[in-house]
Formats: sequence, structure tokens, C-alpha cells
Amino acid sequence: MKRKDFLKIAGIGMGGMMIPLIGTRVEAFSSLTGMSVSEKKELADIALNTAKMAGASYADIRIGRYLNQFIITREQQVQNAVNTESFGVGVRVIANGTWGFASTNNVTKEGIAEAARQAVMIAKANGSIQSEPVQLAPVDSHGEVSWKTPIKKNAFEVPISEKVDFLLEVNNAAMQNGASFVGSNLFLVNEQKYFASTEGSYIDQDVHRIWPTFNVSLVDRESGTFESIQSLSSPMGMGYEYLDGNESEKAKGIVTRYGHSYDMIEDAAQLAEKGTEKLSAKSVEPGQYDLVLDPSHLWLTIHENVGHPLELDRVLGYEANYAGTSFATLDKWESGDFEYGSDIVNLYADKVQQGSLGHVGYDDEGVQTKRWDLVKDGILVNYQAIRDQAHIINEDESHGCCYADSWNSVQFQRMPNVSLAPGKDKLSVDEMIKDVENGIYVVGDGSYSIDQQRYNFQFGGQLFYEIKNGEITGMLRDVAYQSNTQEFWNSCSAICDESDFRLGGSFFDGKGQPGQSSAVSHGSSTTRFDGINVINTARRI
Amino acid sequence: MAILTRDEARDIMQKVINLSKADHCEVNLQGSKGGNIRYARNTVTTSGEDQNTSLSIESAFGKKTGTASINEFDDESLEKVVRRSEELAQLAPENPEYLEPLGPQEYKDSKTYFESTGQISPDYRARAAENSIKPSIDNGLISAGFLEDEADFSAIMNSNGLFAYNQSTEVEFSVTVRTRDGRGSGWVSRDYNDVDLLDTATASDIAIQKSEGSAEAVALEPGKYTVILEPDASVGLLGNMFFRMGARTADEGRSFLSKQGGGTRLGEKMFDERVTVYSDPFHQTVPTAPFTGSGQPVDKTMWIENGVVKNLSYSRFWAKEKGVEPLPGPVNAIMEGGTKSTAELVASTARGILVTRTWYIRTVDPQSLLLTGLTRDGTFYIEDGEIKHAVKNFRFNESPVIMLNNIEELGKPVRCSGNMIPPMKIRDFTFSSLSDAV
Repeated sequence: MKRKDFLKIAGIGMGGMMIPLIGTRVEAFSSLTGMSVSEKKELADIALNTAKMAGASYADIRIGRYLNQFIITREQQVQNAVNTESFGVGVRVIANGTWGFASTNNVTKEGIAEAARQAVMIAKANGSIQSEPVQLAPVDSHGEVSWKTPIKKNAFEVPISEKVDFLLEVNNAAMQNGASFVGSNLFLVNEQKYFASTEGSYIDQDVHRIWPTFNVSLVDRESGTFESIQSLSSPMGMGYEYLDGNESEKAKGIVTRYGHSYDMIEDAAQLAEKGTEKLSAKSVEPGQYDLVLDPSHLWLTIHENVGHPLELDRVLGYEANYAGTSFATLDKWESGDFEYGSDIVNLYADKVQQGSLGHVGYDDEGVQTKRWDLVKDGILVNYQAIRDQAHIINEDESHGCCYADSWNSVQFQRMPNVSLAPGKDKLSVDEMIKDVENGIYVVGDGSYSIDQQRYNFQFGGQLFYEIKNGEITGMLRDVAYQSNTQEFWNSCSAICDESDFRLGGSFFDGKGQPGQSSAVSHGSSTTRFDGINVINTARRI
Repeated sequence: MAILTRDEARDIMQKVINLSKADHCEVNLQGSKGGNIRYARNTVTTSGEDQNTSLSIESAFGKKTGTASINEFDDESLEKVVRRSEELAQLAPENPEYLEPLGPQEYKDSKTYFESTGQISPDYRARAAENSIKPSIDNGLISAGFLEDEADFSAIMNSNGLFAYNQSTEVEFSVTVRTRDGRGSGWVSRDYNDVDLLDTATASDIAIQKSEGSAEAVALEPGKYTVILEPDASVGLLGNMFFRMGARTADEGRSFLSKQGGGTRLGEKMFDERVTVYSDPFHQTVPTAPFTGSGQPVDKTMWIENGVVKNLSYSRFWAKEKGVEPLPGPVNAIMEGGTKSTAELVASTARGILVTRTWYIRTVDPQSLLLTGLTRDGTFYIEDGEIKHAVKNFRFNESPVIMLNNIEELGKPVRCSGNMIPPMKIRDFTFSSLSDAV
């Protein structure tokens, strides 16, 4: 990671989190309405024709305007309000069976033609060390089409002052309820993408995402201890309406959790209170427990031990140097009987779920999006593949999960939404807990780490409750669990029904070299896993 | 256009300052030009080139500030960006932590730019990749690697007369070589400002040897072991500590440097007396720009000396609150060590584990800085001063604070991700479980 490419979020709240600084900082989004579609088409045709004239057998172009807004506050003040805007084009070609890519922010006929020629030159320079010529799966020619995230309220059009006031109100709620410190942030993304390829598609898309989040810290100076708790929000593929806090989207219980509508002020108040309780909570006794995992926690487990290992490029070795490979090798899939999980486990991929981060009409190589199964009745049945990989798993079409995080990044296979299907029988969270003799109920995602083939993992969380003989008996601290992916999913013994299904997700999932981030959601209902190894993480220094 | 000279940068920024009507303003101008090649399965996969230049201005009226940026440089665009930032500043709430820009500063030169790196071509990158791919094919192995190079400049000017300018280059190379049966894996990484120091063939040979040597891994019981951490294995663990030495979080009671009952652990001996860590932008092997993003000069700073916490970093605001001098955070980490190579540390070890690389390091507890992660791409059992066999990878749960109290011996520091880190022999390093991953 290069420090200069990232914007460091201030304060301990984000744990030193680095977010990608795509583009330059600007005061206002003058470009909410930019270049017309006809102008883009004209430029696109120049790139495609130039590439073909220079010897490309295939070419695509993405003309992108990427808008971000980050508002960062702590306690009673705004630390930073950052608007970034980035505009440019990326041209990708195949020449001599080899990929080449070049990008430019000189969005003129000349600049684009030059980028197209440069991409072809790079492809040809690398042709001599190419031993696997690119093979593309067929794709429909869509002609001129458009798609837009179905938002109700464009967050970029909400005045900055309104957003700032709201975050300060969130902070106030936390401080009033016992927090020692609080930091809150709002991240907004709008990708305006125009894609065209020599396959005959011209696709204009307007994609929106939002992530409100905060962190409360509780400090006991006398004992020298502190706790930090992250909000229970999820990043979403929605507009500002996500912050409406509708009662119908709340899952009530010992902790209130949220679906497609988030009550950030209420959450700040409850987590400040819960944090105070956690400071003096019982330190967990290590051992085997039955875990009841809320969707606000389980999304990250799904992401790490289902989403990543089933990326076909990882399986094949394309990510071996950085992210790693995968335990879910082709022979296991070919056997048709590899038991990824117990028979109630059904995991699917999609780019079509409403409100999800992955929701788009077409991917970044012009493939219409869809839903498909990855694990069916516990058996591994498929992977995630794009156009140049589909033939490897005997398919004749891409799954539509190709993505680039900017105009100046090359598109490649990125994780679609990957979700656990809800249980088929009616089952509430309370009913699930009633059946647990010795367990822990985990809410919120925490520290996470997994090996480079996705076997061994360790996850923490935000809030932990001890379950004894079907009752929640109190809060725990210092909890993390370790397991192995296949053992873990085979210990899955119960899944709540559809009424409990909620999304979690990652706004900045990293992959590739040079690194790119993407946003992805993972849905599930509350789920039970039996006999999982729990460790105690407390240490003295 | 991507890389501007000092004079070209100064002219553009002065023009912007002259347009300003704010009480204060600060202008940042930066540009970069570079390329990369990526390969896997012994063949090139993606490759590209990129360049960009951008200017941002922060305008302030009292404590109200606004920031705007642009990447066009004609007179009309420059006027537009100044007015935009001023309009936003007028609308913004006051930031009580805002301090007016610094006055003129003196900077020493840091040799961060090398023309050799600035001139890298697509053909150079292809040959660099071939240096891994060909020997891997010849040895029946599979390589996956990445090379990225960049030349850039950054400049700062403000309305109080400060001007700073720096050009730098960097090249990074890494390769993983795996056996065809997937049972062995080796890795190597190199980074330099000057590409003439990079030898991808020699580096790739190390990954090839480790790949072949790690194929017959034996499972050992998790537990506490003496380990020899190669610099690439410890840099991630140490970085999680070195770059968290801020005074504010420590004063606020939420850092590993907070003291029970209030205050910080500044001046305390927290580590073995052989631990000395400083940062230095002028270090010959790991040079960086000699100023921060707001133009504060950066000089050599001692953070830990003979095991004692010598300094915490203070932002200008926090320094003013506490009545001390501001101190920018570390620009790199230079840890002192001894004279021995990793091989010599192995030779003096009765029983231990050699770790090539650590992976997926995450904080488990910020209070104790307990970190978790895994070993990867070459983990070996040492007995009587020799590497006996490969071992299966482990998950570790360990705090760098505890680790730096358990030092047996430090070797000779080498450049590692822009830092200088010694190989180190550590006792009682905690492996908490086994991983099947190769």
C-alpha cells in the first residue's frame, strides 16, 4: 500500500482505516450532469476504431466520472468534509491474444485515440511472454441502454449542512449516553460509467452507494481500560433514504439491528450504553460454544470464507502473489459431491439484489447481471467467473461480475453479492436462542483474519452475549472464534427464516495488484453453528 | 504535463495564490506517471500505464475552511477553483481545530528521485517478469508476480510564504512461486527508489528455492516457539505499533501508550534495551520527502531508544493544546539491529521456526496491541543451527509490545516496504492454531 494513494481517516474511531482516495478534492459537484450520451458514444467509437486499426482483436472503453463525498466528525466538530471528483477514460484491448490497458484524463478525441494506441502497444510488448491467449465467452450486443440505482433521495443533493448537523446529532446521542469519545462518518459514492465495446454495446450507468458509520469509545482511566464499538449500520446501494430510520426495518431484541433503513441516532445511544456495560463485562472462558451469529456479523464471515475462495481467478492462481489461492479447487467442484456445508446451507451470488452494494444492470465488460448458485444443499456447485474465465468451468457465458474501481484501473473479476439463503422453515431469533444450551450470541463485525487459501480464520465481533440453557445471561468481552471453513459451514445447524434476512457489506474490499477496492453486500438471517472454538483475547502489556 | 519542474510548479501555484481573496490559503499540486505489469500461471495477465496531475486549494476565512480541486491549468480554470474553495469556506461551520498555515520553512534536500526509475518502459517490465517466468518454467514451477513503478512530484505553497517541492520515484517488485502440485510456495519482495538496485532474476531465485523447499511441510503443535522473523515477516507487526505513536489518543486514554490512572507512557522503558527505532527522511536507503502535506519540515526523530519511549507525535493543534512543540508522525521506520544475516541467526539457533512472510494481520485488541495473522510462503523448522524441514503454516496471536520484550538477537537491517527492519530472533512467540494453507 502506498500511503500517498490513500486518505487516512482521522481518529481512533476507524482504527487507522485507510480509504482509497480516488480522484481529486473538489468543493462542489459541478458535474452531476456531465457529458451527453451522444458525445460519449462519439468518443467511444474513436477509441474502438483506433484500437482495431492498431491491431486489436477486441477493445472496450469506459468513460467514467467518479464522485465521492466523505464527511468526518468527532464529538462536536467536523474534522473534514471532502469532495472528490475524477473524470477520465480507460481503454482495454486484446492484441496478439494478450490484454493491454491504458488510461488518460485527457478526455479529448486525440487523448482517447492515444490511449487506445498505447494499450495496443503494451499488449504487443507483452505478447512474447504470453502462453495462454485470452479466450472471451460470447456476450449479447445490448445496443444503447442505460441503468440507474433505484434511489429515492440523491445523497449528493442533500445540503452539506444538513448532513453535518445530522452527524453531530448522532455524536451528541452517544455522548449523552455515556460515550467518552465518538467519531461519525458519512461516505457517499456515485459512479457515472459509460461502457462501450467492439461487441456492439453502449451502456450508460449511474450507480449510488452510501455508508453512514460511527465508533464510540468508552474509557475507564482509573483501571486504564477502554472499549471501542462500531455502529451496526451497513453500507448500502441506496440513496439518503437509508437514513430514514423506519420502524418497520428494525429487528428488536437485546440489541436493535437494522435492515434497509437505519436509525443512526438510536444506534449511537444504544451502543454508548452497551459499551459502558462491556467495559465491566465478564471475560470469556475459552472453549467450545454454539454460536448464534447475527447478519451484522455473519456477512463478514461469508465474505471471507465463501465469497473470496469461490473467486475463479483465485482458484486458478491469478491472485497467488497477493490475495492468495483457494482451498476450493476445481477437482472439488468437478467431483460434484464436495460438502462445503451442511445440507441446509445454500449460498448464492448475485448482482441484482435491491439495496445491495453489488447491484448494477451490467458489469464493467458489458454483461447483463444475474443471480446464480454457489453452494446448493451444502454441495459446491459453481464459482464467480467473467468473460475470459467462463470456458474454464465449461460455461458459455460470463456471470457478469467484472469491475474496475476507477477509469484508470483495469477491470477484473470482483466478488458479486454472496449471500446465505434463509431457512425454509419458520424460525425466529428468540426461538433459535431457546434451543442453545451453552452458546454465545454475536452482533456486529470485528477483527477478522483468514489464511491465503481460506481454510483457517479468526473473527471477533462488537457485542457478545452468553447463552445458558436457552437464556441470555449477560454480556461477555475478549471473545474471538477460530475455525476451518469447511468444518464451520458443516457445523451449521439452524438458519432463521426470511423475515430475519438482512444485508451487511464492505464498502472498501481490496483485491488485485495494483490494489483496487470494490463494494459488496452479503445477506443472511441469524444462523447457528455448533461446537466452535472460542478463544480469550485479553493480554497485559 | 504529469511531472512539473520546481519552477513550473511554483509559477502555477503563485498564480493561484495571487487570485486568492481569503484570509489564508494553502495550495497542493501533485502529479504522477507510472506503469505496471502483472503475471500469473507463468504468463502475463494485465499491464498498464497511467498519469495524472491535480491541484487543490484550501481557503480559510477565520476558522472556516473550504477545499476545491481541479486538473485543468488554464487561467479560467485556476480562477474557478479558487472561487469555489472560497465559496465553500464561507458556507462551512467553524473548525475549532483549524490553525493558520505555516510561514516559510527551510528544507534539506532528500535524494528521492532517480531518473533510472522514471525511464522504465513496457519492454523493461516485460523482461523483469520474464526473469521470474522463465526459470520457473525451467524448474517445473508456477510463478505469479507484480512490478509497479512510479515517478511523481508534490509541491506546497501557502499565503504565508511557504513553498516546498519534491520529486520521487519508486519501484516495487514481488513474486510468488508455487509447485505444480500446490504443496510448496515461496515469495520474495523488493522495493527501491532506484530501479538500478533491482535484480528480479536473483530475487526470483529465492522464491524458487523456498517454493521447492517448502513442499514437504510437517505439522507441529501450536504453542510458544522461538522464531526467526525475516524482515518481511515482522514489518507488518511492527508497523502496527510504530505508526500508532500519536500523543492525542494516548492522552485520551485509548492507546497502548495510555497510562493507568491517566497520562501516557512517554519516557517509560516498555521494550528490551536493544530496541531503538527512529524515522529519517534523509536515510540513504529509505529516503522520503522532507515535509508533511501541510509543509511542516520533517527531520530525523527518535521514537524508541534503548527500549524507552522517547517521543509521541503531536499534530499542530494537539501540541498547542498541550503546550509542546508539534512533532509530525514517522515518515518511515528505521529499526537498529546487529550485523548478522538471517542465515547467521539460523546458524545460532538450537530449535526454532523461520518465518518468511506474515499475512492478514489484524488488531484483535487495541489496548494490548494484540495482533492476529498467519505465516505464509516458506515456514521452516530449525534444529541445531540448520533448517531441517518445512512446517505447516500457523496462525499467531501476539503483541509487538510483548514480542519486543522477548528478543534473543537482532540481525542486520534491510529495506522492507520503505522501512529498515532487522531479521530478529524472538522467544515465546505465540502460535495459536494450524493452517492447512500453502
